[in-house]
Amino acid sequence: MDAILIQILNGLDKGAAYALIALGLTLAFGTLGIVNFAHGALFMLGAFCAVTFSKVISFSKQIKDESVTIFDAYKEIPYLEIWWGDFGALIVDFAVPLSIIVAIPVMILVGIIMERGLIKHFYKRTHAEQILVTFGLAIVIQEIIKHFFGANPIPTPAPDIVSGSAAVGALVGLSENLVYPWWRLIYIVFSGLIIFAVFAFLQFTTFGMVVRAGMADRETVGLLGINIQKRFTIVFAIAATVAGLAGVMYSPILPPDYHMGMDFLVLSFVVVVVGGMGSLGGAVAAGFLLGVLQSFASMNEVKSILPGIDQIIIYLVAVVILLVRPRGLMGREGVFED
Amino acid sequence: MKNLFKSNMSIMLVFSAIVLTAPIWLTPLGANYPDLLQKFAIFGLFAVGYNILFGLTGYLSFGHAAFLGVGSYTAVWSLKLLSMNVFLGIILGTIMSGIFALAIGYLSLRRSGIYFSILTLAFAQMAYSLAYSVLTPITNGETGLQIAANDPRYLDSLVGISQQGQGIPSTNFFGVLLKSWDGYFGFYFAAVILILGFYLSLRVFRSPFGLKLRAIKSNQTRMTYTGFNTRPYLLSAFVISGMYAGLAGSLMVAIDPLAGAERMQWTASGEVVLMTILGGVGTLIGPMLGAVVIKYFENIFSALNNSELHQVFNFLPSFLEETMVFIVSPFVGSGWHLTLGALFMLVVIFLPGGMMEGVTKINSFLKRKFGKTDAEESDVSIQQEVQAKAQQGGE
Repeated sequence: MDAILIQILNGLDKGAAYALIALGLTLAFGTLGIVNFAHGALFMLGAFCAVTFSKVISFSKQIKDESVTIFDAYKEIPYLEIWWGDFGALIVDFAVPLSIIVAIPVMILVGIIMERGLIKHFYKRTHAEQILVTFGLAIVIQEIIKHFFGANPIPTPAPDIVSGSAAVGALVGLSENLVYPWWRLIYIVFSGLIIFAVFAFLQFTTFGMVVRAGMADRETVGLLGINIQKRFTIVFAIAATVAGLAGVMYSPILPPDYHMGMDFLVLSFVVVVVGGMGSLGGAVAAGFLLGVLQSFASMNEVKSILPGIDQIIIYLVAVVILLVRPRGLMGREGVFED
Repeated sequence: MKNLFKSNMSIMLVFSAIVLTAPIWLTPLGANYPDLLQKFAIFGLFAVGYNILFGLTGYLSFGHAAFLGVGSYTAVWSLKLLSMNVFLGIILGTIMSGIFALAIGYLSLRRSGIYFSILTLAFAQMAYSLAYSVLTPITNGETGLQIAANDPRYLDSLVGISQQGQGIPSTNFFGVLLKSWDGYFGFYFAAVILILGFYLSLRVFRSPFGLKLRAIKSNQTRMTYTGFNTRPYLLSAFVISGMYAGLAGSLMVAIDPLAGAERMQWTASGEVVLMTILGGVGTLIGPMLGAVVIKYFENIFSALNNSELHQVFNFLPSFLEETMVFIVSPFVGSGWHLTLGALFMLVVIFLPGGMMEGVTKINSFLKRKFGKTDAEESDVSIQQEVQAKAQQGGE
C-alpha cells in the first residue's frame, strides 16, 4: 500500500510536468493550429529563468571569515544579506519561488515575440513545415542557452524550509515511514493551481469565451468583428508562460540543463496525442495518467515481469491509442482523423 | 539543362563521375580525407533513401534512425558471428532493417500526417530506450557493440581463415581490407554502393510506382476515391527507405566496426530530415547535396576555434576583427549546432524547396535575363500558373 501511494505521488509529480507542457501544446494547436516543437525549449527557458534569477540575487562579496582564526579564510556572502540582513538571506533562500515573478513577464514576452516573429508566418504552411521550423528554433534556443550557461546541469535548490520530506503516511493514517519531499508536493499542488487557473480563465471570462468560440469556428468569430488573431497571440503567450512556470518549479527537482526541454517535448507530444489533439482536458488527464503509469511501470515488481517496460510504457500506450482510437482519449470526433 | 539531364544514362554517368572523382575536386575545399568522404557517401545514401519516403509520398517519418541502428547492430553481429567479410554484414543489415521497417511501417501507415510522425517517433524512441536498457546483451548498452579478437566467426573458420592471435581483425571485402589504399578503398566501396543506391532511387522516381507515390502525396483522398489502394505502395516506399537506412548503417559498421544506441535517437532522425529539406525534398540530387553540405560544414565549423577565427579575419582592422570574432565565435566549435539550427530555420522559412529550389530560381532568373524569347517565357508562366492552380486544388 505504501509503495503504491508513493508511486502514485511520483507519477503525479512527473505527470504534472507532462500535463503543463501538453496543456500549452494543445492551446497552441487548438487556437493557432500550430504544431510547436519548440515548446519544450520554453519549458527549459523557464527553468533557466530560475537559474538566472537565483544567480543574480545571490551575487556575493568575499568577506573574511572571523570564526576561523588559524588562517585567513574567506566566505561568500550575498550582497542582499549584507544590505538587508536576515530578510536578504530569506530572499536568497527563496530564489526559486520568487523567480516566478520574473518568469511570468519574460515568458509572456518570449511567447509574443515567438508568435509574431515566426509562427505567424506558418499558419498556412503544412504541419510538416511547422514541425521542422519549430524544431530548428528549439535547436537555436538550446544552443544559445548552452553558450551562456554551459552544458552541465545547474543545481538550483529549493528553499531550506521545504527541502525536507513530509510525513505523508501519517497524514492519511498509514505508516510513519511513508515520506515524500515537500517540494514535490508543492509542485503537484502548484501545477493543479495553474491548470485550474487556465481552465477558469477560458471558462469564466469573456476573453476565454471568445477564445473558445474562436477555437470552435474561427471564421464566424472573425465575421462578428472580433480580432481573434490578437487573442490567439495572447493565448500563445499564456501557453508559453504555463510551460515556463512548469520549468521554474521543476528546476529544484531536476537540475536544469540545456536539453531538458527536448527530453520532455517528445513525451509531451505523445501525451497530447493520447489525450486527443486539441482537447485541453484530454491533455491534462493524459499527462497525469501517463505519469502515473510510467511510475508504476518502474516498480521493481513490474519490471521483473516485463523488463524494460518502464522505458517504453508511454510510447507503447501512445501506439496503441493511435492505432485503436486515433482521436485520443477525449478528442473530438473528426479532429485530425483520417 | 533539363534536356541534358533527361536520360537516366547521362544522369548516372555524370553522377558517377562526380562521386568517384570527389577526392580530386574536394581537395581545394580541404575535405579530401577518407573519413569525411565516407561520411558524405553514407549519409548521402541515407538521405537519398529517406527522400523516397518523405520526398515522394510526403510522409514525414521521425524514426528512420532506428533502421540505421538496426542495420548497424546486425552488421556488427554478422562480423562477430559469421565473417569479417562485410559483404554478408551489409546484406544482412539491409534485410534486417527491411523486416523492422515492414513491421513498423505496417502499423504506422495506418495513420497519416502528424499522427504518422508521432507513431514513427514513438517506435524509434522505444527502440532507442530498449537498446540502452533491456537489450544490453544484444546491444551492449552504453558502451556500444564492438568486435573482439576472440569472436567465433563461424563462416571464416569454416573456410579456414583464422585470425586468432592477431589482435582485433579488420573488416574486408573478399580479402581486400577496407582500410587499404590509405582508407580510400573504404570510400570507393561506399561510393559504389551510393551510386547503385542512387540509380535505384532514380528508377523509382521515374517509374509508374514513383508516379503513384507522388499522386498519393498530392491528393491521397482522390487516389482512394478512384478505387486505388494506397497502403501497399506507401508500405513499399517505407520499407525501401528503411532498407536504405539499414544499408547506410551497415556501411558505417563496415568502415568502423562498432554500433551505439545514440545512432537511433530521435535527433539523429531529425538530422536526416534536415539533410533532405536543406537539399530539396522530392528532388533527385537534393538530399545527397544536403547531406554533403551538412557533413562538410559540421566538419569545418566544429573544428574552428577562436585563434583560427582571428586568422580568418585578420585582413580586417583590429577592432573589426575583434567584433567579427565575437559575433562568429558562438556559431563555431562546440556551437556548431547553433549554425545548423539557424540554417535550418532560414531554409524552411525562405526556401521550403531547399537548395534545389534556390538553383531553380537562379536558373529561371538567368533565363529570364538572357536568351529567352517572349513567347517561350509566357509559355513558362502559363505552365507555372497551371501548376499553382493544381496545387491550390490539391490542398
